[in-house]
Amino acid sequence: MAQIKKANGLVDWLDQRLAVRSLTRVLMTEYWIPKNINFLWAMGVVLSVLFTLLVVSGIFLLMYYKPDVNYAFDSVNYTIMQEVAYGWLWRHMHGVAASAVFLVIYIHMFTGIYYGSYKKGREMIWISGMLLFVLFSAEAFSGYMLPWGQMSYWAAQVITNLFGGIPIIGDALVVWIRGDFAVADPTLTRFFMLHVLLLPLIIMLVIVIHFYSLRIPHVNNETGEEIDYDIEAEKYKAGDKKESKVIPFWPVFLSKDFFVVSIFMVFLFYLICFHYSFAIDPINFEPANPLKTPDHIYPEWYFLWSYEVLRGFFFDVGPIAAADIGLMAFGFANVAFFLLPFLDRSDVVAPAKERKKFNLWFWILIADMIVLTIYGKLPPTGANAWVGFFAAMVFIGLFISLPIITKGETKGGAR
Amino acid sequence: MAVEQNRRDFLGMAFGGVAAVGGVFALGAMKQTWDPLPSVQAAGFTTVDLSPMKPGEFRTIEWRKKPIFILKKDSNMEKNGNRDVVVDGSEYTVVIGLCTHLGCIPAWKPNEQKFHCACHGGDFDVSGVNTFGPPPRPMDIPPFKIEGSKLVLGEEGPEYDKLVGNA
Repeated sequence: MAQIKKANGLVDWLDQRLAVRSLTRVLMTEYWIPKNINFLWAMGVVLSVLFTLLVVSGIFLLMYYKPDVNYAFDSVNYTIMQEVAYGWLWRHMHGVAASAVFLVIYIHMFTGIYYGSYKKGREMIWISGMLLFVLFSAEAFSGYMLPWGQMSYWAAQVITNLFGGIPIIGDALVVWIRGDFAVADPTLTRFFMLHVLLLPLIIMLVIVIHFYSLRIPHVNNETGEEIDYDIEAEKYKAGDKKESKVIPFWPVFLSKDFFVVSIFMVFLFYLICFHYSFAIDPINFEPANPLKTPDHIYPEWYFLWSYEVLRGFFFDVGPIAAADIGLMAFGFANVAFFLLPFLDRSDVVAPAKERKKFNLWFWILIADMIVLTIYGKLPPTGANAWVGFFAAMVFIGLFISLPIITKGETKGGAR
Repeated sequence: MAVEQNRRDFLGMAFGGVAAVGGVFALGAMKQTWDPLPSVQAAGFTTVDLSPMKPGEFRTIEWRKKPIFILKKDSNMEKNGNRDVVVDGSEYTVVIGLCTHLGCIPAWKPNEQKFHCACHGGDFDVSGVNTFGPPPRPMDIPPFKIEGSKLVLGEEGPEYDKLVGNA
């Protein structure tokens, strides 16, 4: 039992009971961040803010949304958009922020790849981050279904059908997931549950794990320098702030992050108020119709690259059907990034520009993913189908060749 | 000491056993909660009268929330003994109108005499057999029974069993 004394203020009262002073020290004022970083290191905080925006706007949408095939479309497009005061704002915030989350996740991911922040003790940061990417993808997909427009319906139809490719149990699994022979009311209601409860709950848990995973290896820096945090922290605490290579998370690091967040928010709210249409497809303003597929369907921009890998394989190879090859390639594309720390055989932690071969690999990967994204939206006919096929092959080839590319790399040889 | 240890092991195993059995039952219950409801599974039968259809005519009807394509073949269309449904001496293509790739609805293109799926560019011929693109197999034939000039979807008649045997 702790010695409880008469408190000399609220903070002291709380400190005696909850140790808030030590907690603040451990989590904030003595959590050390390297100095040699740039604005790309603010993306984690930007993502946290975006996730908060999604939760808040989601709460308000939840007050009027009805997860029933007969009411869902009107509850969104009539009630929320026309009757509820500022309903349009919550909906546009929710849609645009969901799209922006993926933009920032991709920046965050490729920053990590560029600076080699996924290896040498930082594997769990990378893996928990990739887990968040998958969870956000599931969250985006389940949310996309809710307005129950044509795109909602057919995206649900196509994505749930993917599970049909699993041998033996495939067909039964698809019916089980949907709760009906086709995407229907039971499907909408269960994906509503996933979207508003189960997935956000797991996301929050994994965010905590992701933050915690930074604790032991610390965040990487611009040059990949290995910093002795004990020595540098002592310098900072002794008042030698100029010489020390580190700064505390709060107030120094976060105050700069808030600046980046502010600029980002100006941009985001400009999109929310004036250019929201990229996040809300016009075809989705037509109510879901199970008996008519829209002429051309495509996923949101952030899924286009993996979608193009899926459909890039359009011809059979021997006894293996095209659809199964596509499905295997799609599976590989989704697992490949998880494996990055183990496919990179080099222990050099440095920005890509100092790792000759890896630098080339990195920029080919970026270019290839841009090609996949662009062609993912075009109709898959004629020459487009071949571009898609080759881009998908390059993507797979890049990951298979990474161990060979990185193997002979040493600190001196890489430069 | 040994006795004490055995008692601990027993407690551990007893707890583990109870937890494992409880866990299996819980998972079973959760799995079944996700199953389609009985009312959904008992989705009814659909009867369609084919006698008013003209040669070359194409129709879409709904069965168990899925589109069913019915095409009465005219003399120019190639017959397919393994897939044609013969009613009153005429050949019909009767298929579930979902692309076998990812379940989009292909469109009937009368000028090109084929079904084309806009999602990923798959093609099917007049008998519903995949001819180009990602679809892995021909469009599925729904279970049916022939009653005079009528077709009952959902029931398995001898003609259906014969077609499935051929396929």
